[in-house]
Amino acid sequence: MRSSWNARWPEHPAEQSVDAKALTERELMEIIVCIKRVPDVSEIEVELARDGRSIVTRDLDYDVNEWDNFAIEAAVQLKEAQGARVTAITVGDDDSEDVLRRALAMGVDDAVHLMDPAFEGSDAWGLATILHRAIADRPRDLVLTGAISADQARGQVGGMLAAMLDIPMVALVTDLAVEGGTTTVRHEVEGGLERIEQVDLPALLTVQTGMNEPRYVSIRGIRKVAKAEIPVLTAVDLGLDPATIGTGAVRVTEEGVSLPTRGGGGQILSGSADEVIAGLVDRLQQQGGF
Amino acid sequence: MRKILVVVERSRGALDETAFELHSAAKELGEPAVAAVLMGEDLAAPKAELVRWFDEVHVFEDPRLAQPDGDFQARLLAPFVQREQPLATLVPHTNTGMELAPMLAARVDAPLIADAVTMEVAGETAGGHVRALRMVLAGKVQARVSATGGPCGVILSVRPGAFTPLDRPPEAGGTVHSEAVPADVSPRRRFVETVTPDPSAVDISQAEVLVAVGRGIEDEENLDEVRSLAEAMGAEVACTRPVVDKKWLEKSRQVGTSGVTVKPRVYLALGISGSFQHMGGIKGGPFIAAINKDPAAPIFDVADVGVVGDILDLVPLLEEKIRERKT
Ligand SMILES: Cc1cc2nc3c(=O)[nH]c(=O)nc-3n(C[C@H](O)[C@H](O)[C@H](O)COP(=O)(O)OP(=O)(O)OC[C@H]3O[C@@H](n4cnc5c(N)ncnc54)[C@H](O)[C@@H]3O)c2cc1C
Ligand SMILES: Nc1ncnc2c1ncn2[C@@H]1O[C@H](COP(=O)(O)O)[C@@H](O)[C@H]1O
Repeated sequence: MRSSWNARWPEHPAEQSVDAKALTERELMEIIVCIKRVPDVSEIEVELARDGRSIVTRDLDYDVNEWDNFAIEAAVQLKEAQGARVTAITVGDDDSEDVLRRALAMGVDDAVHLMDPAFEGSDAWGLATILHRAIADRPRDLVLTGAISADQARGQVGGMLAAMLDIPMVALVTDLAVEGGTTTVRHEVEGGLERIEQVDLPALLTVQTGMNEPRYVSIRGIRKVAKAEIPVLTAVDLGLDPATIGTGAVRVTEEGVSLPTRGGGGQILSGSADEVIAGLVDRLQQQGGF
Repeated sequence: MRKILVVVERSRGALDETAFELHSAAKELGEPAVAAVLMGEDLAAPKAELVRWFDEVHVFEDPRLAQPDGDFQARLLAPFVQREQPLATLVPHTNTGMELAPMLAARVDAPLIADAVTMEVAGETAGGHVRALRMVLAGKVQARVSATGGPCGVILSVRPGAFTPLDRPPEAGGTVHSEAVPADVSPRRRFVETVTPDPSAVDISQAEVLVAVGRGIEDEENLDEVRSLAEAMGAEVACTRPVVDKKWLEKSRQVGTSGVTVKPRVYLALGISGSFQHMGGIKGGPFIAAINKDPAAPIFDVADVGVVGDILDLVPLLEEKIRERKT
C-alpha cells in the first residue's frame, strides 16, 4: 500500500528540498498537539463505583492515549526534519502532568497544562471549548489530535476544535508531509482504503495509529525534563466563562454506567490446560478448523 | 412534528449498508418523517433506491462531492440543518462520519452523541430529549447518555452494524428535493488520489480458516508459534491493527473496518480483545474460538467457545494436540 505514496514523497521528509522558512510568514512552523491521559483497562476486570456513574479508578495504570502518542511522534519528526516548534497541551488534573513530561522527553519544545476545578466533568464540547481558548490566540500552523481517546471513544474533540478554530480538518491521518504552507496527507476512508489529499495550513489533523513508530521514552529521558517549567492555565487565565465548561455545562449528560450483560457468548471451557486444550481441539475439529 | 434527518453514505459508488441501518435507527425515535440526505455526483441510482425507503430525499448533487470530504459536508449541511430544524440528525459513525458529525455539531450548536448503539426519545412528550447507549473503555463499560436539543436538535453518530435494516424497502414513496451547495461554501481539501492496494500482497479474504493474533502476543518473536499453529491447521495468519501498527505483520493481514473483510468458516482469535472495529471485518457468521487471559474481554461475548488463559503457554500446546489428532 505504501508503494504509490512513496513514489511521490520520499520516506524521509528531510530529503525533500523544503525551505522550512518558506513554509509560513513566520520563522518556524508552529505545531500544537492535544494529548490526554487515559487508563488502560485491557486486562482489568472493571469495577463500577457505588454511584453507578463512574468506575473504580484505583489500581488502574494510566498512560498517554495511544493515538496521541503517534501524534506527538509525528510532530517531533516534522520538527527534526524541517524545523518546527511543537507545543503539547492537555486538559486534566494534577496527574496529567505525566503525559506532558513524557511528551517533553520525546522532544516537544513546550508543554501547557490547562487545569482548573471548573474544567472537571467537561464533555467533548467543553474540552474543545477549553482547548480552543488556549489555542486560538497562539500561532498555529498544524494542530494535531488523536483520532479518538481510548477511554471515551468519541472521536469528537478534534472535529469540534477544528470547527471552533474555523480551520479545515482531515481525520484518521496515516502519513503527512508539509511543504510551502500546504500539508499532503494520507488518510483512511471507507472500505479499508486510503486517500491522499492536500490542505492549506493552518489545518487540524486527527492522527490514526500506525502512522510512525513512536520513540521509546526511558526513565532517564523523563528525568532530564523533570525540572522543565510547565505553565498551568486556569479558566481565568484563558478568559473562559465557567458557565460554558465543566459538569454544569455539559451538552451530553452521562446518566450512568453499567457492565454489558455477559453470557451472550458460547461456552467457556474449564479444567486443566490439557483439558481445555483437548476440548478446544474437539470443537475446532468438529467445525472443520483443521 | 420535527423530522429526523439521516445522512446517507456511499461506498465505492453504491449506497452504504449504514443508510438502511440508520433508517431502522430513526424509527426508534417515534413516528416522525424520516428524510435522507444524499451527497455526491451521478446520483440517479441511489436516489431511486432511497425514495423506496425514506419519506423525503434531499439531494446535493455536485461534482465537488464526488469524493467524501467530511469537512466540506459539515460546512454545506450546517445551513441546511438550520433550515430544517430536525428533532435529530443521524450520521453513520464511519471514517467520514467522524469528520462530519463533530464539525456539524459545533457549527449548528447542537449536542452530539457519538457512536450510539441504541437510541430513544425520552419522556412522554416527544420533545428534543434523546437517550442513547454507547460503549466506553474498550467496550468493557456501557454508558447511558442523554442530550436535549435546541433548534437544530440532537446529532447522533450511529455505530455501523448496531441496527438491523428492514428486509425489504417499506416503499415509502419519498419526495425528492434538490438542494444546492451554498455559494459561499467550497471544499478546503484537494483530492489527489486513492491509494491502490499492493496487488502482490497476501489475500486472506477468501481463507476458510483464520488464526488471528492480537496485541496479546506481546512480542514479535512469539509470532513464530502462531505461524506454526496456523501451518498445522492449514490456516492463514490474520491479525488486529496494533500488530500491524508495530509492523510485526503486513497490513494485508489486518482484519477489520480499516483492514480486510473476511468470511471464514472458523476464526481462532488469540490475545484479541474483540473491538467492534476488528469484529466489523468478520462476516458470514463463522465459528469463533477465542483464547484470552482476561475473562472480561468482550471477545468472549461473541465467541462460540472460549478459553481463559495465556496464549504464550497454550498456543504451543494447541499446536501439539492438533498435530497429534491429525496423525
Ligand atoms: C477508526 C478506527 C479503525 C480501526 N480499525 C481497526 C481494524 O480494522 N482492525 C483492528 O483490529 N482494529 C482496528 N482499530 C483498533 C481497535 O479499536 C482496537 O484498538 C484493536 O482492535 C485492539 O486490538 P487487540 O485486540 O489486538 O488489542 P487489545 O485491545 O489491547 O487487546 C489485547 C488482548 O489480549 C489479551 N492478552 C494480553 N496478553 C495475553 C496473553 N499472554 N494471553 C492471552 N491473552 C492476552 C488482553 O487481555 C486483551 O484482551 C480501529 C480503531 C479506529 C479508531
Ligand atoms: N482532556 C483532553 N486534553 C487534551 N486533548 C484532548 C483531551 N480529550 C481529548 N483530547 C484530544 O481529542 C482527541 C479525541 O478525543 P475524544 O473526542 O475524547 O475521543 C484525543 O486523541 C486528544 O488528542
